[in-house]
Amino acid sequence: MKKTVLGELEELVLLVVAASTEEVYGVPVMEELQRQTGRSFTVSAVHTTLYRLEEKGFLSSSVGGATAERGGRRKRLFALTAAGGRVLLEIQQMRNQLWQSIPEGKFDLLGL
Amino acid sequence: MSKQPNPNEPPYAGSPTPRWADRLLEWFVAPHLLEYVQGDLQEVFYKRVEQVGLTRARREYGWAVLHCLTPFFHKSLSKHPQPALTDMLRNYVKIAFRNLAKNKGYSFINIAGLAMGMAVTMLIGLWIYDELSFNQYHKNYETIAQVRRLYTDPNIQKTDGTDAMQLPMGTALKRNYQHYFKHTLMAWWVGEYTLSTEDKKMPKKGEFIEAGALEMLSLNMLKGNYASLTELHSIVLSKSASEAIFGQEDPINKRLKIDNRIEVTVTGVYEDIPRNNRFGEVQFFSPWDLWVASNDWIKQTENDWGNSSFPIYVQLQPTISLETANARINDFYQKSTPKDMAGRAAKYKYAVFLYPMNEWHLYSELKNGRPAGGRITFVWLFGIVGLFVLLLACINFMNLSTARSEKRAKEIGVRKAIGSLKNQLVQQFLSESFLVVMLSFVVSMVLISIALPWFNQVADKELSLPVERPLFWLFNLVFITVTAFLAGAYPAFYLSAFQPVKVLKGPSSPGTFRLGRFAALPRKILVVVQFVVSIVLIIGTIVVYKQIQFAQDRPVGYNREGLITIPKNDPKYAGKLDVLRSELLNTGMVAGMELSSSPLTAVRNNMGGFNWKGKDPEIADDFALTDVSYGFGQVVGWQLIAGRDFSKAFTTDSTKMIINESAANYLGLKNPIGEFITFYDGKTSRQIIGVVKDMVRTSPYEPQKRAFFFLDANYAAASQIAIKIKPTVSATEALPKIEAVFKKVVPSAAFDYKFVDEEYAKKFSNEERISKLASFFATLAIFISCLGLFGLASFIAEQRTKEIGVRKVLGASVLNLWGLLSKDFVFLIVIALGIAIPTAWYFLTGWLQNYTYRTEISWWIFAVSGLGALLVTLLTVSFQSIKAALINPVKSLRSE
Repeated sequence: MKKTVLGELEELVLLVVAASTEEVYGVPVMEELQRQTGRSFTVSAVHTTLYRLEEKGFLSSSVGGATAERGGRRKRLFALTAAGGRVLLEIQQMRNQLWQSIPEGKFDLLGL
Repeated sequence: MSKQPNPNEPPYAGSPTPRWADRLLEWFVAPHLLEYVQGDLQEVFYKRVEQVGLTRARREYGWAVLHCLTPFFHKSLSKHPQPALTDMLRNYVKIAFRNLAKNKGYSFINIAGLAMGMAVTMLIGLWIYDELSFNQYHKNYETIAQVRRLYTDPNIQKTDGTDAMQLPMGTALKRNYQHYFKHTLMAWWVGEYTLSTEDKKMPKKGEFIEAGALEMLSLNMLKGNYASLTELHSIVLSKSASEAIFGQEDPINKRLKIDNRIEVTVTGVYEDIPRNNRFGEVQFFSPWDLWVASNDWIKQTENDWGNSSFPIYVQLQPTISLETANARINDFYQKSTPKDMAGRAAKYKYAVFLYPMNEWHLYSELKNGRPAGGRITFVWLFGIVGLFVLLLACINFMNLSTARSEKRAKEIGVRKAIGSLKNQLVQQFLSESFLVVMLSFVVSMVLISIALPWFNQVADKELSLPVERPLFWLFNLVFITVTAFLAGAYPAFYLSAFQPVKVLKGPSSPGTFRLGRFAALPRKILVVVQFVVSIVLIIGTIVVYKQIQFAQDRPVGYNREGLITIPKNDPKYAGKLDVLRSELLNTGMVAGMELSSSPLTAVRNNMGGFNWKGKDPEIADDFALTDVSYGFGQVVGWQLIAGRDFSKAFTTDSTKMIINESAANYLGLKNPIGEFITFYDGKTSRQIIGVVKDMVRTSPYEPQKRAFFFLDANYAAASQIAIKIKPTVSATEALPKIEAVFKKVVPSAAFDYKFVDEEYAKKFSNEERISKLASFFATLAIFISCLGLFGLASFIAEQRTKEIGVRKVLGASVLNLWGLLSKDFVFLIVIALGIAIPTAWYFLTGWLQNYTYRTEISWWIFAVSGLGALLVTLLTVSFQSIKAALINPVKSLRSE
């Protein structure tokens, strides 16, 4: 697979899905995102990202059950794929490398 | 996907999400995404209702829905295609192409016929557009008008009009009516002048008009400005004229002479006015005041209400409507002129009206002094013809499609049996006709670009395809759509209405499905309509041609051969004319040179107020006047029928006159020779010494005006030099010699000659144009009809192959079979003739009423066109029927 670049929101959404114990659909993802970042997201933005991640092969989806508060509509449930896990790991590795290359004491100098 | 009623609906069921938002969402979002997005949105909505209340939740919901209006949610993924539409369309096109390829002959007929029809319609469309946009180059064309006057002869109660006004009228209009008119411009008639520099002489058409003209006509000034005509000795040239005279040099402040007597300085250059404008022929403008200053006789008419010679143009004030201005100006003569003029105006019921610029071209014919039709008739006529030609082509298409339907009936049956809806079949056939129309359109574009130069020449236009204008393409799109529907609608609905059971069971022979007796009826009607149109056009062409021939065969009254005229427009001619004549005669090429006050092909001067013995006081007393020099009669070869010509042997001939035949009849004198005609002053009189045959000088379709010829021995009124080249010498040989003489005797004059026979031929140009166009359309109509007939005949022959085979086996001869197959078509043509002949007779009689000298519509015209149509039909049909009759019956029956 060719190198895929993930946007910030894509990475966050992928992480949220990875963090949940079972399959999730749009609303919980959106709420979790809000809780973690303190920013608000629209349903359309979350959906767009989810589908895009699915298209890239990082998520898989299945149709889930309907509930009353959805007006009887079914959910589309997303789960992390192996490729999705791999890309998260790659990102983490890359970040770790970058962290390690920060010269020692730099943050101290900045007073952090 | 729509909202289902749900038994477990939450307690907020009565306060649902905003309806508009759901509608919008359902309409916009792709179906495969809708359910999940809408579900999530609603889930959030109900949570928010609990948290922040209904109103706010609703607002947020709407807002969230609006966020979904992105291309992402709208797109239909190729992974999840919407199969119905594109696949079916692709299939339709494929089937259409296969059908075209399978029946190459029919396809050719269809596409060629339709393309030709479309090409003609588009050509006519271009022509009509050009006609309708006449004079619209001028931005103010809606507010520009020319002043005209109506007058009623109190004796005969006949109203007539003129656009020649008096000089003081311009002054009065400017003084008393200035709040109605933004510009009131005196002008002279557009005329041909010679512009000369030191080393160049060039004939150019020009207009002397007041300075406001440049602004009124909204000319595009390339050099100078709208004030460029304010100086007395100024001239503004068109770009082409400037380039012709000065080349690429800057013409500003260069000096020119008009007719070698008026000195002018170039003060401006304007972009050429396109040809489809009244002033399109004008190549320079010069100030009116300069023309007045250069012509003593005009200066003398400054306060003369008796001399009407000048056009007056006005532009309305922006706030004034034409009606208001007309109402106000109507009684101009009664109100704003001196007493004696007002009295005359009351007696002759003078009425002034404005002739607006947008009627100058299309309504150029005047009846009783008022505009009444003109080119607009042709715009309508050609518009109708264009539509008819297109209709013929569409009829062909319908005819062939429905005729071939028997072949496709099975396909339709199968399609229906496996579940095609009628709607889908309609779509299929419409997309087929779209395909054919698109192909035809491409072909027609090619045809137009080939035919346009020829068409321009015939129609005397400068048309081009405006390919750079988006409007043109938009129009084409509409045109294609309309044509496709016109041509495809009937077959589409007709074919899709077949009942599959009937079609597939096949009551007669297997393979073909016989349509009922009456199924052929509409087809026959269509063929009849086509031939009615074609035959009417054939008859029309013959009649127009015959009318032109009739007028051309009319005795002209003089001899045009080898006759050339040159305007005598240079003051240096004075006193040199006799020298010129003798020099010309010395060349040995010239039989004679004489002078007249009007060219032979026009009447420039009319005069009234004559009186004679036994004159009925009620009848009009105006005559066409021409002053001629000694020997003019011999040079032009007029034919004396009584009396004698002017002669130097009689010294008193300057008080004598010659009249034409019409005048002799009009005077009502038994023997006019020797009678005296008294002038309007009651004192002067002239004696008639000769009568000549009428010379055709104005319209060859009208009776010639009663005319007097006066002797002009010292060339005082002469304006035209007529030269007769010896019949033994060719013009190409003689002209250089003649020119050399002119150059020697009057070097400053331009040698701008015209052949009289060419000038005379121009009188027919309008009718010849109609004749050419009519024959062009008739040929096309016949061609298109024949294509249709050919297709139909070949189809019917093909259908009856088996019948023909059986008949042949039973002993029918080829002739029998040919008769059998042709009979039906001949019958149709006879019906078409029955309709076409009265129609053509009606319209052509009406057309001929326009001409006083007109040909008759004789029976042989109908006979010839009827026989012609029959012959063409038989030829077309025979090709197919003989082919069918010659087929070996073994071949046609073997498959049984």
